[in-house]
Amino acid sequence: MNQVADGEIVHFDNVGLRYGTDREVLSDVSFTLFPGSFYFLTGASGAGKTSLLKLLYLAQRPSRGMIRMFGADAITLPRDRLPAFRRRLGVVFQDFRLVPHLSAFDNVALPLRVAGVPEKDIARPVGDMLDWVGLADRKDARPATLSGGEQQRVAIARAVIGRPEMLVADEPTGNVDPEMAIKLLRLFEALNRLGTTVVVATHDVHLLTKVPDSLIMRLDKGRLSDPTGALRYPPRRSSTPSSGPLAGPLSDAPL
Amino acid sequence: MTWRPALARGWRRISGVGEAELVPQARLSGPMPWVIAIMVALTIIAASAGLALRNATASAAADLEGGATVQIVEANPDARQAQASASLARLRAMPGVTSVRLVPQSEVDALVEPWLGAGALDSDAIPVPALIDVRFDRPATPARLAALRGVLKPIAPGARVDAQSGWLRPVFAAMASLQWLAIALVALLAVALAAAVLLAARNALGANRDTIEIVHLLGGTDAQIARVFQRSIGVDAAGGGVVGLLLAAVVILVLGRRFASLGAGMVDRGALGWADWLLLALVPLAAVLVAMVTARITVLRSLRKML
Ligand SMILES: Nc1ncnc2c1ncn2[C@@H]1O[C@H](COP(=O)(O)OP(=O)(O)OP(=O)(O)O)[C@@H](O)[C@H]1O
Ligand SMILES: [Mg+2]
Repeated sequence: MNQVADGEIVHFDNVGLRYGTDREVLSDVSFTLFPGSFYFLTGASGAGKTSLLKLLYLAQRPSRGMIRMFGADAITLPRDRLPAFRRRLGVVFQDFRLVPHLSAFDNVALPLRVAGVPEKDIARPVGDMLDWVGLADRKDARPATLSGGEQQRVAIARAVIGRPEMLVADEPTGNVDPEMAIKLLRLFEALNRLGTTVVVATHDVHLLTKVPDSLIMRLDKGRLSDPTGALRYPPRRSSTPSSGPLAGPLSDAPL
Repeated sequence: MTWRPALARGWRRISGVGEAELVPQARLSGPMPWVIAIMVALTIIAASAGLALRNATASAAADLEGGATVQIVEANPDARQAQASASLARLRAMPGVTSVRLVPQSEVDALVEPWLGAGALDSDAIPVPALIDVRFDRPATPARLAALRGVLKPIAPGARVDAQSGWLRPVFAAMASLQWLAIALVALLAVALAAAVLLAARNALGANRDTIEIVHLLGGTDAQIARVFQRSIGVDAAGGGVVGLLLAAVVILVLGRRFASLGAGMVDRGALGWADWLLLALVPLAAVLVAMVTARITVLRSLRKML
């Protein structure tokens, strides 16, 4: 693996976040994410899950504290170096954030195109990925004509298509039936086995039991607790990354 | 795992084919390209009017300013004739004089006939001056006219020398103020055109604010995102600009035809040269430039508000 060598992919130290002059929505958040692990972030609605993920996917700077990511200080990182870091991430936004005028296919292809992948290397992996999330026959549909669950699956396909180093998913199964939820978790697990660190925010407690060896972080009114010892060092490690060929669309992904 | 090198490769090749797919290419949609077309057409028409006026003035001035009229005022027809011939010969020898022409008696008669009546001219009862048309290779400055007078004084004491442009001075002044009017109009229209283009670019970006943010969060660089929008808005503006240019060209050509058929010399000379057309073609180019620069600045500014 070409991951960060020093055994951590993300490190938060005493991070606090407030929007404007409001109260802090995150306080004293400290944790370390280890490469190749599978994390659940849980907590009540309004606990600050999305806020914490925004810090993770570099859409927000904290009000205080220190964040290290991919071996660099994410807070003092110059703005023009951020895109390169963002390209190492896959993000499923809670509100999907699909580009409204692009088809499902083009939305999924977006990260590859942003990264400058040649057009000839795009059609197949994107097609396979849409097939995997069950949207092969909807690939030309605009987001507005897709159901909530279908949009969510497009968002997930877009997040994983580039085989990111870290996947950050905000309520990725909130709009799909339990069966599809399990199937999507399998996709995350497959990606995880390829070495991607996965962080899934959810308040669906049933989901937490579905991934063996997953680590759980709990947010409570902006403060982090640690029911599975995910934040301890050394952590309970998840499954070791396998390097064998993998079923599913990821083996065909271009990156 | 091959994805890190692939990522690095992709990172370098940020201007991929797929970039055009990032934003909608809604060409000539909405009113803005048409507003741009109309503004471009009006600007070009005003500018072409100004240019035509300038050309006409310049060419008429060149004709008139390089000329002077010598009147030999002498009551005795024989003496007048002799003085005219002598003056003619002397003027021909003068440096800087390109041509000298004795205006034939019939032309002079035709000139004065409306005032004096045809009958009056039959006899030599009324002495009509002899007229000599002098052309210089350069404008007839007062110094040149003075030199002319000096040369003629000994030969034809009754000679009067006038610059031909003299009587046209008020006409030139009027044309000059018309030109200023045209310049002011072009300036106003250019400002309005820039404003229209600015609004169009802002409008297009406002409608795509979410897209900008999404591409930004997916790792698009500022330059990459700006380039995509710049291109798409440039295409829109170019569409409007071309339509405007064609519209204006039709108007100018039709008007030009109309004026040419009047056969009035002054108007003919206002015809636009290729350099003028080149200048007019710059108007839509400028519109495209303004659109692209605006798009770029607007996108970069809204991106800089994001982390
Ligand atoms: N942009 C914002 N400006 C101001 N306050 C915000 C903003 N975003 C979130 N908040 C506040 O921060 C707190 C945490 O919000 P957050 O979205 O992180 O919660 P969450 O755990 O993701 O909730 P949910 O499970 O409902 O998605 C909430 O009280 C919310 O009102
Ligand atoms: Mg949330």
